[in-house]
Amino acid sequence: MRNEIKMEFDAVSANEAFARVAVAALLTPFNPTLEEVADVKTAVSEAVTNAVIHAYDEEGGKVALRCILEDSKIHIEIEDYGKGIENIRQAMEPLFTTKPELDRSGMGFSFMEAFMDELDVTSRPGEGTLVTMEKKFAGQPYAAEEE
Amino acid sequence: MSGNIMEERLQMIENYLMIRLPEEIDHHQAAKISKAADGYIMKEPVKHIVFDFEDTRFMDSSGVGLIVGRYKKIICFGGKVYAVNADERIRRIIGLSGLKNILNVIE
Repeated sequence: MRNEIKMEFDAVSANEAFARVAVAALLTPFNPTLEEVADVKTAVSEAVTNAVIHAYDEEGGKVALRCILEDSKIHIEIEDYGKGIENIRQAMEPLFTTKPELDRSGMGFSFMEAFMDELDVTSRPGEGTLVTMEKKFAGQPYAAEEE
Repeated sequence: MSGNIMEERLQMIENYLMIRLPEEIDHHQAAKISKAADGYIMKEPVKHIVFDFEDTRFMDSSGVGLIVGRYKKIICFGGKVYAVNADERIRRIIGLSGLKNILNVIE
Protein backbone atom coordinates (compact mmCIF):
# COMPACT_ATOMS: atom_id res chain seq x y z
CA MET A 1 0.00 0.00 0.00
CA ARG A 2 1.35 3.39 -0.99
CA ASN A 3 -0.38 6.64 -0.13
CA GLU A 4 0.87 10.11 -0.94
CA ILE A 5 -0.50 13.38 0.47
CA LYS A 6 0.62 16.87 -0.48
CA MET A 7 -0.46 20.18 0.94
CA GLU A 8 0.71 23.75 1.00
CA PHE A 9 0.00 26.32 3.71
CA ASP A 10 1.05 29.76 4.87
CA ALA A 11 4.17 30.02 7.01
CA VAL A 12 2.38 31.43 10.05
CA SER A 13 2.79 30.20 13.62
CA ALA A 14 -0.84 29.01 13.90
CA ASN A 15 -0.08 26.45 11.17
CA GLU A 16 2.61 24.77 13.27
CA ALA A 17 -0.16 22.99 15.17
CA PHE A 18 -2.13 22.33 11.97
CA ALA A 19 0.84 20.63 10.28
CA ARG A 20 1.71 18.32 13.17
CA VAL A 21 -1.91 17.32 13.78
CA ALA A 22 -2.42 16.66 10.05
CA VAL A 23 0.62 14.39 9.89
CA ALA A 24 -0.39 12.65 13.13
CA ALA A 25 -3.78 11.87 11.53
CA LEU A 26 -2.02 10.18 8.60
CA LEU A 27 -0.25 7.77 10.96
CA THR A 28 -3.43 5.90 11.92
CA PRO A 29 -2.87 3.01 9.43
CA PHE A 30 0.40 2.20 11.20
CA ASN A 31 -1.37 1.59 14.50
CA PRO A 32 1.29 3.73 16.19
CA THR A 33 2.06 4.01 19.89
CA LEU A 34 1.39 7.35 21.61
CA GLU A 35 5.14 7.77 21.86
CA GLU A 36 5.60 7.31 18.10
CA VAL A 37 2.83 9.83 17.37
CA ALA A 38 4.43 12.35 19.75
CA ASP A 39 7.83 11.79 18.10
CA VAL A 40 6.48 12.59 14.62
CA LYS A 41 4.43 15.56 15.87
CA THR A 42 7.50 17.04 17.53
CA ALA A 43 9.70 16.60 14.46
CA VAL A 44 7.08 18.14 12.13
CA SER A 45 6.54 21.02 14.54
CA GLU A 46 10.28 21.74 14.60
CA ALA A 47 10.63 21.75 10.81
CA VAL A 48 7.58 23.96 10.23
CA THR A 49 8.65 26.35 13.01
CA ASN A 50 12.06 26.68 11.34
CA ALA A 51 10.32 27.67 8.11
CA VAL A 52 8.12 30.25 9.87
CA ILE A 53 10.91 31.81 11.94
CA HIS A 54 14.10 31.33 9.98
CA ALA A 55 13.20 30.87 6.31
CA TYR A 56 10.76 33.77 6.22
CA ASP A 57 11.74 35.77 9.35
CA GLU A 58 8.08 35.60 10.49
CA GLU A 59 7.00 37.69 7.50
CA GLY A 60 5.07 34.89 5.82
CA GLY A 61 5.55 32.67 2.79
CA LYS A 62 4.52 29.17 1.80
CA VAL A 63 5.39 25.80 3.26
CA ALA A 64 4.91 22.60 1.27
CA LEU A 65 4.28 19.38 3.16
CA ARG A 66 4.49 16.04 1.39
CA CYS A 67 3.99 12.68 3.07
CA ILE A 68 4.39 9.25 1.57
CA LEU A 69 3.17 6.25 3.53
CA GLU A 70 4.55 2.97 2.33
CA ASP A 71 4.72 -0.40 4.07
CA SER A 72 5.44 0.46 7.70
CA LYS A 73 7.24 3.75 7.03
CA ILE A 74 6.34 7.42 6.70
CA HIS A 75 8.44 9.70 4.55
CA ILE A 76 7.91 13.41 5.27
CA GLU A 77 9.16 16.37 3.24
CA ILE A 78 8.81 19.92 4.52
CA GLU A 79 9.93 22.55 2.05
CA ASP A 80 10.06 26.32 2.10
CA TYR A 81 11.07 28.90 -0.51
CA GLY A 82 12.71 31.28 1.94
CA LYS A 83 16.21 32.51 2.57
CA GLY A 84 17.92 29.14 2.89
CA ILE A 85 20.73 27.97 5.17
CA GLU A 86 24.34 28.99 4.45
CA ASN A 87 25.98 26.39 6.68
CA ILE A 88 23.78 23.34 7.26
CA ARG A 89 26.31 21.51 9.44
CA GLN A 90 26.51 24.48 11.82
CA ALA A 91 22.71 24.92 11.80
CA MET A 92 22.31 21.30 12.88
CA GLU A 93 24.68 21.54 15.85
CA PRO A 94 22.86 21.29 19.18
CA LEU A 95 22.30 24.72 20.79
CA PHE A 96 23.35 26.63 17.66
CA THR A 97 20.86 29.37 16.79
CA THR A 98 20.94 32.53 14.74
CA LYS A 99 18.09 33.99 16.79
CA PRO A 100 18.90 33.74 20.53
CA GLU A 101 17.07 37.04 21.06
CA LEU A 102 13.83 35.26 20.10
CA ASP A 103 14.36 32.57 22.78
CA ARG A 104 15.29 29.95 20.22
CA SER A 105 16.92 27.00 21.96
CA GLY A 106 18.95 25.72 19.01
CA MET A 107 17.52 22.25 19.58
CA GLY A 108 15.18 22.01 16.58
CA PHE A 109 17.30 19.79 14.32
CA SER A 110 18.51 17.79 17.35
CA PHE A 111 14.90 16.94 18.18
CA MET A 112 14.17 15.99 14.55
CA GLU A 113 17.21 13.69 14.65
CA ALA A 114 16.28 12.22 18.03
CA PHE A 115 12.66 11.48 17.17
CA MET A 116 12.92 10.30 13.56
CA ASP A 117 14.94 7.45 12.02
CA GLU A 118 16.29 9.50 9.11
CA LEU A 119 16.86 13.22 8.65
CA ASP A 120 18.26 15.00 5.63
CA VAL A 121 18.49 18.75 5.05
CA THR A 122 19.26 20.38 1.72
CA SER A 123 19.24 24.12 1.13
CA ARG A 124 20.18 26.78 -1.36
CA PRO A 125 20.71 30.27 0.03
CA GLY A 126 18.07 32.58 -1.39
CA GLU A 127 15.96 29.71 -2.73
CA GLY A 128 14.79 27.64 0.20
CA THR A 129 15.24 24.56 2.32
CA LEU A 130 14.00 20.98 2.08
CA VAL A 131 13.84 18.82 5.20
CA THR A 132 13.31 15.11 4.59
CA MET A 133 12.53 12.74 7.44
CA GLU A 134 11.55 9.10 7.74
CA LYS A 135 10.25 6.93 10.51
CA LYS A 136 9.48 3.24 10.63
CA PHE A 137 6.69 1.85 12.77
CA ALA A 138 7.01 -1.32 14.74
CA GLY A 139 3.29 -2.10 15.07
CA GLN A 140 1.34 -4.30 12.67
CA PRO A 141 -0.27 -1.98 10.11
CA TYR A 142 -4.05 -2.24 9.71
CA ALA A 143 -3.48 -2.60 5.96
CA ALA A 144 -1.92 -6.03 6.51
CA GLU A 145 -5.32 -7.39 7.47
CA GLU A 146 -6.81 -6.54 4.09
CA GLU A 147 -5.20 -9.47 2.17
CA MET B 1 -6.26 32.43 22.65
CA SER B 2 -6.67 35.98 23.89
CA GLY B 3 -4.23 37.73 26.18
CA ASN B 4 -6.75 37.57 29.01
CA ILE B 5 -6.98 33.80 28.96
CA MET B 6 -3.20 33.58 29.09
CA GLU B 7 -3.18 36.08 32.00
CA GLU B 8 -5.42 33.72 33.98
CA ARG B 9 -2.69 31.11 33.75
CA LEU B 10 -0.20 33.27 35.64
CA GLN B 11 -0.22 34.22 39.29
CA MET B 12 2.14 35.32 42.03
CA ILE B 13 2.43 33.29 45.23
CA GLU B 14 4.80 35.23 47.48
CA ASN B 15 7.83 35.78 45.23
CA TYR B 16 7.10 32.80 42.99
CA LEU B 17 5.58 33.33 39.55
CA MET B 18 3.36 30.31 38.87
CA ILE B 19 2.71 29.60 35.18
CA ARG B 20 0.07 27.03 34.31
CA LEU B 21 1.19 26.02 30.83
CA PRO B 22 -1.31 25.29 28.02
CA GLU B 23 -2.02 21.88 26.48
CA GLU B 24 0.48 22.38 23.68
CA ILE B 25 3.65 24.47 23.87
CA ASP B 26 5.00 25.32 20.45
CA HIS B 27 6.41 28.54 19.00
CA HIS B 28 2.90 29.98 18.58
CA GLN B 29 1.96 29.40 22.25
CA ALA B 30 5.44 30.05 23.68
CA ALA B 31 5.43 33.59 22.26
CA LYS B 32 2.23 34.38 24.19
CA ILE B 33 3.44 32.80 27.43
CA SER B 34 6.81 34.56 27.36
CA LYS B 35 5.14 37.92 26.74
CA ALA B 36 2.77 37.40 29.68
CA ALA B 37 5.60 36.12 31.93
CA ASP B 38 7.88 39.02 31.07
CA GLY B 39 5.07 41.41 31.98
CA TYR B 40 5.04 39.90 35.47
CA ILE B 41 8.84 39.95 35.73
CA MET B 42 8.81 43.68 34.92
CA LYS B 43 6.03 44.62 37.33
CA GLU B 44 6.07 42.11 40.17
CA PRO B 45 8.80 41.03 42.62
CA VAL B 46 9.38 37.74 40.78
CA LYS B 47 12.25 35.76 42.26
CA HIS B 48 11.51 32.18 41.16
CA ILE B 49 9.33 30.73 38.40
CA VAL B 50 7.31 27.51 38.58
CA PHE B 51 6.26 25.97 35.26
CA ASP B 52 3.20 23.80 35.85
CA PHE B 53 2.79 21.13 33.14
CA GLU B 54 -0.49 19.74 34.55
CA ASP B 55 -2.40 20.50 31.32
CA THR B 56 0.50 20.00 28.93
CA ARG B 57 0.61 17.06 26.53
CA PHE B 58 2.95 18.45 23.87
CA MET B 59 6.11 20.54 23.96
CA ASP B 60 8.72 21.11 21.27
CA SER B 61 12.01 23.03 21.38
CA SER B 62 10.15 26.35 21.53
CA GLY B 63 9.13 25.35 25.06
CA VAL B 64 12.79 24.77 25.89
CA GLY B 65 13.59 28.26 24.62
CA LEU B 66 10.72 29.68 26.66
CA ILE B 67 12.11 28.20 29.90
CA VAL B 68 15.75 29.13 29.17
CA GLY B 69 14.73 32.67 28.22
CA ARG B 70 12.80 33.25 31.46
CA TYR B 71 15.62 31.64 33.48
CA LYS B 72 18.07 34.17 32.02
CA LYS B 73 15.85 37.00 33.22
CA ILE B 74 15.77 35.86 36.86
CA ILE B 75 19.18 34.20 37.36
CA CYS B 76 20.95 37.52 37.95
CA PHE B 77 18.90 37.95 41.16
CA GLY B 78 19.51 34.37 42.30
CA GLY B 79 16.18 33.05 41.02
CA LYS B 80 15.45 29.42 40.20
CA VAL B 81 13.12 27.71 37.73
CA TYR B 82 11.00 24.69 38.65
CA ALA B 83 8.87 22.21 36.70
CA VAL B 84 5.88 20.50 38.31
CA ASN B 85 3.43 17.89 37.01
CA ALA B 86 5.59 17.02 34.00
CA ASP B 87 4.50 13.75 32.38
CA GLU B 88 6.85 11.17 30.85
CA ARG B 89 6.91 12.87 27.45
CA ILE B 90 7.72 16.30 28.87
CA ARG B 91 10.43 14.74 31.04
CA ARG B 92 11.94 13.16 27.95
CA ILE B 93 12.04 16.55 26.21
CA ILE B 94 13.58 18.10 29.33
CA GLY B 95 16.22 15.35 29.42
CA LEU B 96 17.09 15.54 25.71
CA SER B 97 17.37 19.32 25.72
CA GLY B 98 19.84 19.58 28.59
CA LEU B 99 17.28 21.66 30.50
CA LYS B 100 17.98 19.52 33.57
CA ASN B 101 21.06 21.64 34.24
CA ILE B 102 18.92 24.66 35.06
CA LEU B 103 15.42 23.33 35.66
CA ASN B 104 14.49 21.73 38.98
CA VAL B 105 11.98 18.99 38.18
CA ILE B 106 9.71 18.40 41.18
CA GLU B 107 7.84 15.12 41.64
